[in-house]
This record gives sequence, C-alpha cells and structure tokens, in this order.
Amino acid sequence: MMTDNQTPTPIIAATPEAALASRPRRSRRHDSVVYQCLWGDTRSRLATCFLILLAGLAVLAPLTARYSPSAQDFEPFGGISWQHWLGTDDLGRDVWARLIYGARASLTAAFIAVSLALAIGVPVGLVAGLRGGWVDTVLMRIADTLLSFPGIVIAIGITAILGPGLVHSMTAVGIVFSPSIARVTRGQVLVVKERVYVDAAVTFGSPGWRIALRHIVPNCMQPVIIQTTFMLGLAVIAEASLSFVGLGVQYPDPSFGVMLQRAAQFVSINPMGVYPPGLAIALTVLAFNTLGDSLRDALDPVASTRRRLKGSSRRLGRRGARRARPGA
Amino acid sequence: MTRMLVGRVLTLIPTMLLASFGVFLLVQLAPGDPAIAMAGEGATTAQIEAIREQQGFDQPILVQYWHWLTNALHGDLGTSITSGTSVVSEISRTLPPTLAMVIGAMVVAITLGVSAGVVSARRANQPVDTVITSASAAGAAMPSFWLGLVLVSVFALNLGWFPATGFVGFTTDPWLAVQHLVLPAIALGVAGAAEIARQLRAVLIETLASDHVRTLRAKGLAERQVVWRHALKGAAVPLMTVIGLQVSRFLGATVVVEAVFGIAGVGTLVVGAAQNKDYPVVEGVVLVMAFMVILTNFVVDASYRIFDPRIR
Repeated sequence: MMTDNQTPTPIIAATPEAALASRPRRSRRHDSVVYQCLWGDTRSRLATCFLILLAGLAVLAPLTARYSPSAQDFEPFGGISWQHWLGTDDLGRDVWARLIYGARASLTAAFIAVSLALAIGVPVGLVAGLRGGWVDTVLMRIADTLLSFPGIVIAIGITAILGPGLVHSMTAVGIVFSPSIARVTRGQVLVVKERVYVDAAVTFGSPGWRIALRHIVPNCMQPVIIQTTFMLGLAVIAEASLSFVGLGVQYPDPSFGVMLQRAAQFVSINPMGVYPPGLAIALTVLAFNTLGDSLRDALDPVASTRRRLKGSSRRLGRRGARRARPGA
Repeated sequence: MTRMLVGRVLTLIPTMLLASFGVFLLVQLAPGDPAIAMAGEGATTAQIEAIREQQGFDQPILVQYWHWLTNALHGDLGTSITSGTSVVSEISRTLPPTLAMVIGAMVVAITLGVSAGVVSARRANQPVDTVITSASAAGAAMPSFWLGLVLVSVFALNLGWFPATGFVGFTTDPWLAVQHLVLPAIALGVAGAAEIARQLRAVLIETLASDHVRTLRAKGLAERQVVWRHALKGAAVPLMTVIGLQVSRFLGATVVVEAVFGIAGVGTLVVGAAQNKDYPVVEGVVLVMAFMVILTNFVVDASYRIFDPRIR
C-alpha cells in the first residue's frame, strides 16, 4: 500500500494540465475563466471597473471623502457645487462623504452576510452530499424549509432576537442565504464524488476528510462562486432594506440604507436626495449581477463554445453568424 | 388528478410542521426570559412566576411546542405583548393591504414581464432585445423601495397624478383603492417583471427554435398564434416557476415598500414588532408568510401537471 506522499497524484493532477498544454491554443490569457469573467466583454469590464473604484473609494474613505460623514457645518440641502460634489443633506452633511463611508458599511455588510452563508452552507452541503441517506434528507429538508420563508421576513425575525445593528442584521441575512449555498454545494458534491479521481483517491487509501478537502471541495466551488457573486448583490439590497426600516446600520452611522431612509423623510423638500444612495445601490448590485452572469457564461462550456463560435463567425461575416448561433 | 393532489397535500404537512417548529424555535432562542419581558417593568417575582406558569414557560420545549401548535391550529397565535390584542386579529387587520399590494405587483410583473420576454425572444439579438435585456438587468438591480421613493417623488409629489401614501380598501371606494395601489404595485412589480422577462426570453428562444414550432410555421399558422398559443404553452412550466418565486419575493419586499408608502400592512407590523421585541407577533407573521409561500409553491407544482401532462 502506498502512503499518501507517494501516491501518483502528480499524474492525476498533471493529466488535465498536460492535456491543456498539448492543446493548440490561441491565447491562454484570453481563455482563462478569470479573464473572461472580469474582462471578457464591455459590460463585465464596466462592472469590474465600477467595483474596483467603489472598493478603492471605500477603503481609502478618509482620503477620498474630503469631509467627515458626520460633520454638520454646512448649509442643509445645499445643491451640487465644487465644495460639495453631491450636495448636502438635511443636517448639512456632505452627501459625497456619507456615500463613501456608506459604501464602506454596505460592502462590509455584504461580505459579512456572504461569508457567513459560505461558512454555514458549504460544510452543510458537503456533509449532506457525502453522507447521503437520512443525514442528507434531514439537512435538505431543513434547507428547503428555510428557503420557503421570504428571506427578508425571516431576517427580520432573527434580527428581532439578536437586536438591530450591522453585524446582527447581516448575521441574520447570512443565515437566510446559507441554505441556497448548501443546496448548490450538495448538488455539486453528488456529481463530483462519482468522478474517477475520487475513486482513485479512495483506492490509494486517502482518509475521507482528505478526499473531501483536497479533491471534492475544490472541484465543487465553481457554481458556489457564481452563487456567491449574485449573493453579494442581494446582500447589498438586504442591508439597504433592513437599515431602511431601522433594523440594520443605526442612524447616524452612514450606509446606503440609512441614507435612503433619511432622504425618504425629506423627499418632499429635497427630492434629489434619494438618488445618490439609490443609484449607488443599483449600480453595485448591477455590477455584481453582471460579473455573476459573465462568470456563469465563462464556466459554462456550452455558453463559452457558443461565444467562441459567435466570435469566429463574426469574422466570417453575417451569414456565418446566423448559422453559428444555435438558438443563442 | 384528484389522487395526485391529495398526495401532494399530504407531503405539504411535514414541510408545514417543520416550518412551524422553526418559527417556534426562533423565538425560543431569543435571549432573556419571556416571562419577565411579558410582565413588564416593576413586576414582582410572584407575578413573573404566575405568568411563567400561565404561559407554560416552565414546561419542556416539545410540550410547549405542542401547546403552541394546537393553539395555532385553533386559530390562536397568542397575544401581542405591546398592544395586548390577539396576534390573529393584528394579522387579519394588516393582511388585506399587503395582499392587495402583492396581487397588484403580480399583475404588473406578469403583464410587463411576459410581454417584454416575448418581444425580446422574437427579436433576439436585435436592438429591441438589447434595450429590453439592459432594462431588465437594471430593473433587477434596483431595490424596490428605492423605486417606490422615486415614483412617489416624481408621480405623486411633483406631478400629483397619484396619492403619495396610504391605502384605501376596495370595499370603501374601488377607484380610490386602485389609485392608491398603482405606485406600490409598480415599485414592487418591476423587479419581478425583470426576472420574468429574463427567464422567459431564454426559454422562449429555445422553444421558438424547436421542431414543433417549425412545423407550426410550415403549416402556415400566423406568427401571433405560434408565439402566444403554442410556444408560450411550451414555456409554461419554467414560466410558472419564476412567477411562483416572485410571490415570495413580493411578500418579502412589501415589508420595506410599505414603509415607503405609509401603508399599515403586515410588513409594518412585523418591523414594529421586531423593534419592540414583540415575539408572538413576529412569530405569527413569519408563520403566516411561510405558509403563504408553501401554498404558492404547491399551486405552482400543481399547475405543472396542468400545463405539461407528462409530469406526474
């Protein structure tokens, strides 16, 4: 019996790479999934640029905000000016500064919720998929039950117990999101655990946890990552919704939701106030959704073949394009 | 058919039980002693003990659940801590506005979503399609309550076409009721319409390229008939799935949209209850919403069999 160190894993691991290397390729860089997802077409480029810009502004908030988000020393409802790029709010605070700090809170909120969803969902899905039997039935029944609640309502229920606030409300959202991660992971585990390389690892006597962590989990992650990308967008909306009704980030701390809540109260005096935070939410969500879409396309062999066909047929001219579009 | 439906109803029971147990557990996990919370400030130890005994908080959790469940089945979801009225009456008071909003949103989502989906599938990869696809991507990204705010500021406060806030029952004044419902229904429905259009487009493009549609066209059937009668029927199962999912989304989104339009619906009730730690109300609302979603899923499931006889 060979020990783990001597297992011919290089051969197994190397085989696909060797196959890839021997395949005639046009441009490796342009074919990589990450490239396709982040920079494949105009829309994904815009989305990537927007998210990098937003994250950069948020991380460097003390430098980029120009004012403190709580400084009230300006005229209320001041219009757009060189001093105040997006005007001032009801208490004379700079809207740009609040938006930048708000982005900080909202993005943090989204990452908390999604990380928690992954931390719960992936292990649960893994156990359900690997164990099967009654463990699977029970776990998936629970997941389905959780999925049958309208997400925000159950999040409100959990927030009622934990108490309001950014971390608490996003913990609730993370719990609400976890069953769909668990479902996706489980589905993928069921497929991956039947693969030959898993059988091979079993034959070599690898312990179960090692097979799970080294062979199954990494190969299950693609659909989970797609789901995660969409979830980041959903989490931004969830933060805004919960903060809007006063259960998330607490006023006067800025977040997209808090800003909208405040602007809503003064919408009859200053109708323009709802646009900066609202557009910020919409664009952030749109960017995450766009990346999710292009990631799904990049990882879906059918879609990427189709795109390649489309690309080559474009060079062939319009008639070719029509023929090569299998019901795109 | 009847047998199948009965069978499906029977499988609903464990799901509903599990959902109700989940809701029950949710409140049990709450920190603090519910008896102390119910007794209010300045209560004596004897009073707290009396409440604990009266409410059965000193009994094992499964016994408590059994009591709660049997009471719930008899239409008793407990009493609100803050208002002192029964949870059932609180919910039945606030449910009509919420349901009206959800139904209005469904109408918007289905009409807008189906027509946009059909148009963009028929003109796939043409300019119209690009416009619709971009619009639905934008629609899916907008939070519905923000759209509500924008609609209020433009169509209610600026143009004065619709009332900005409030809700009027259909029995009081149907015309006024519709006027009050237009903006909330649009605010809620647009995100659903975007999702429906997106899914329908994908399915319909495939259906329109299929053999039976080609046969229909070859025998000279009018394109309108082909699309609206035959292709749409072929796309009915995925379409029903998306529509069913929207019900859950709308029920969730009303919570926040109600706040924008100042409508005293179930959402407003549950948010207030969450802020005041009024657990029986939170429990009741979550339970009612979960049952509505489970029922919707059931109806969607049953509809599959009507649209596609192959599904058993």
